Amino acid sequence: MPELTAWRELPLGGVVRPGDTAPPHTGGWRTGLKPVVRLESCVNCLLCWLYCPDSAVQLDGTTFVGFDYDVCKGCELCAVVCPVDAIAMVEDDGD
Amino acid sequence: MATEARILTGGQAVAEAMRQIDPDVVPMYPITPQTPIIQGFATFVAQGRAHGELVDVESEHSAMSAAIGAALAGARTITATSSQGLALMAEVVYIAASMRAPVVMAVGNRALSGPINIHCDHSDSMLVRDSGAIQLFAENAQEAYDLMLIAPRLAEHPDVLLPVLICQDGFTITHSAEPVVLLEDDVAREFVGEYRIPNSLLDVRYPTTQGPFAMPDYYFELRHQQLAAMQAALPVFEQMASEFYALSGRRYHSVEPYALDGADHAIVCLGSTGGTVKDVVDELRAEGEAVGLLELRSFRPLPRHDVRTALDSIRTVSVLDRADSPGGAPPLFAELAAALHGTEVDLRSFVYGLGGRDLHPEQIRAVFTEDSGAYIGLRGAPCPA
Ligand code: SF4
Ligand code: SF4
Repeated sequence: MPELTAWRELPLGGVVRPGDTAPPHTGGWRTGLKPVVRLESCVNCLLCWLYCPDSAVQLDGTTFVGFDYDVCKGCELCAVVCPVDAIAMVEDDGD
Repeated sequence: MATEARILTGGQAVAEAMRQIDPDVVPMYPITPQTPIIQGFATFVAQGRAHGELVDVESEHSAMSAAIGAALAGARTITATSSQGLALMAEVVYIAASMRAPVVMAVGNRALSGPINIHCDHSDSMLVRDSGAIQLFAENAQEAYDLMLIAPRLAEHPDVLLPVLICQDGFTITHSAEPVVLLEDDVAREFVGEYRIPNSLLDVRYPTTQGPFAMPDYYFELRHQQLAAMQAALPVFEQMASEFYALSGRRYHSVEPYALDGADHAIVCLGSTGGTVKDVVDELRAEGEAVGLLELRSFRPLPRHDVRTALDSIRTVSVLDRADSPGGAPPLFAELAAALHGTEVDLRSFVYGLGGRDLHPEQIRAVFTEDSGAYIGLRGAPCPA
């Protein structure tokens, strides 16, 4: 728990500046399923990257490489939008 | 330096001020009696004499929402409204203040519905009393023009960064033509200066999140920042007003005493009524009555210490409210009661002029000299207190 700041030390109007926020761990929100990709089927359309609400789709340059499970909340959007069914939702082993 | 006086309404005078300020963005939605302001400015844009981006929005709620976005993106932004427009906008006025968006807004004060009415009282301004927006009241068209030029400087000052409302009485000022002296365009422009805010939303090298959610652990502190900004606004206003005085010869203060020296009875009021009270004070002084006026230029922030200093040795103070609060104290009276708490002042409350009812000099005279009723001009005996 970060230390709470007195009003005078807070940025005016509560503006959040680069570096102000702790990294999010929305991965803790998953409730049983997580996405996995079969890269051999992936056509790199990046629809999953576009739709993922948590920026959990990792790219190397412009190439899809996998998921960041610290932030993936298991919403399944990527699996639904993938045009070639390269993404499956599987039992979450807590990884 | 000043130009010749011109015959302008308050609405036209404020439109002239906007032309000289030449704001970058003007989101606007018409409503009587402020319409001449945005219409006047739109005409200047159509003539190529002002260059701001007019945004025709579908409501005042949208006008203030667009104004916040524009102001925080880095554009000097002005809008205008009245009555129901301000009521519809109220939610977003609070947000403008909390996001520290220095939006300037001209208000043509008009009674809130209902019953529906288009004429002046101050109920609309009072609705956003606690929003965190600064409210300055003009007595006449000249003051409306002058305060409008001071407004961007005040709003954008780094110690302030709050919306500023320049209030002028609907019709009484917005639509009444009188002599107004404008500054030369280049003098006005130089006085207003460049628009600067600490964090532009469009600064991609320093991206910020603005207006974030604040839970119980931070809401209180962020609200307190607005209080600090309001307090800072008083000395900043005095500073801007003194710079403006050097250019115009017209000096403004957050509270303005008139014939208060030696007075044993003073009226306190906002807006155009101050002009009428001054005439009555002159007459009564000539008759040997020790009466005076304290005109509040700034209602928010309420200059509590200056009010107390000006009035604490006066026997009787009559507060004239152009708004009421059914079941409670009228707003200006409540402020005065707080400011004068613990003094010996005999404080009296009067409500007048609701829905645009005229206040005549003889009625003001009666406030000073007789035991007149607390609801000036009301037909029938008022409810027992
Ligand atoms: S499951 Fe949801 S959060 Fe996780 S990668 Fe797919 S779209 Fe993103
Ligand atoms: S949506 Fe499917 S095919 Fe497209 S990049 Fe993502 S995994 Fe690959």
